[in-house]
Amino acid sequence: MSETVIHKIDSNKWINSYADYLYNYTVVRVNDADLAKDLVQDAFFAGLKSAKNFQGKSTERTWLVSILKRKIIDHYRKINSKKGQAEVRMNFYDNGENEGSWIEERVPQSWDNQSEKDIENEELKSQLERCINKLPEKYAMVFRMKTIQEFETEEICKELDITPSNLWVIIHRARTQLRKCMEDNWFKN
Amino acid sequence: MFKKLNITCDQATTICDKNQYGEATFLEKVKLNIHFLKCRICLLYTKQNITLSGFFKKEATNCKERIHCLSKEEKEEIKRNLDKTVS
Repeated sequence: MSETVIHKIDSNKWINSYADYLYNYTVVRVNDADLAKDLVQDAFFAGLKSAKNFQGKSTERTWLVSILKRKIIDHYRKINSKKGQAEVRMNFYDNGENEGSWIEERVPQSWDNQSEKDIENEELKSQLERCINKLPEKYAMVFRMKTIQEFETEEICKELDITPSNLWVIIHRARTQLRKCMEDNWFKN
Repeated sequence: MFKKLNITCDQATTICDKNQYGEATFLEKVKLNIHFLKCRICLLYTKQNITLSGFFKKEATNCKERIHCLSKEEKEEIKRNLDKTVS
């Protein structure tokens, strides 16, 4: 009975002290408000379950972040195994004598450079968002972490347990995809 | 020696993408520039990539200014769910 009371007090304190920090930490990584909320809640659950293992070697917040990190990596592994590969449109031949060359219909076309001036344009921002959101989730996640949140390569690799060459392949696929999407929807008008 | 410097368009654009973050190695940049001598398409890709990097940079600045918080109701909901499990 007394154990329950302690947990209750903790959960109240945790939410008031750490929920926003953990939520912000998650949402910049997964870019999905509902998912971030669920992951934070899962981390609190896991934290409560293993509260007796907390040795006080780090601060409570650091300890909760380490639990949350595992929840994020679990999510990444799930989206990595779920779909991924099949959804990525190929830009280059992947075998035969043309291996590594551009596939004809994916070859970059000249852009109307007028659009470069519109960098402040709200419409441009929404189009970019639409293109990023069209990427398979795993590509969007790594691309955002690297490009929009500007995390160090090493940090992303550590957090998602991937190698740097892995990361660059993902970034490359994401960016070739985005280039084509922006060409079709922004520069061709 | 020269064969090693010869790369495909797929490899060239991978280096180009890496270079957008300033993380391509010296050797990679050499390979990329040699590739440009014979490939106008990848040269165009690079030019467009620089334009896109400008867009992304702008987006990055906008996003970094935003701090995401949970609403009071959302916090209450989490609190209720946690209490349910604990009790």
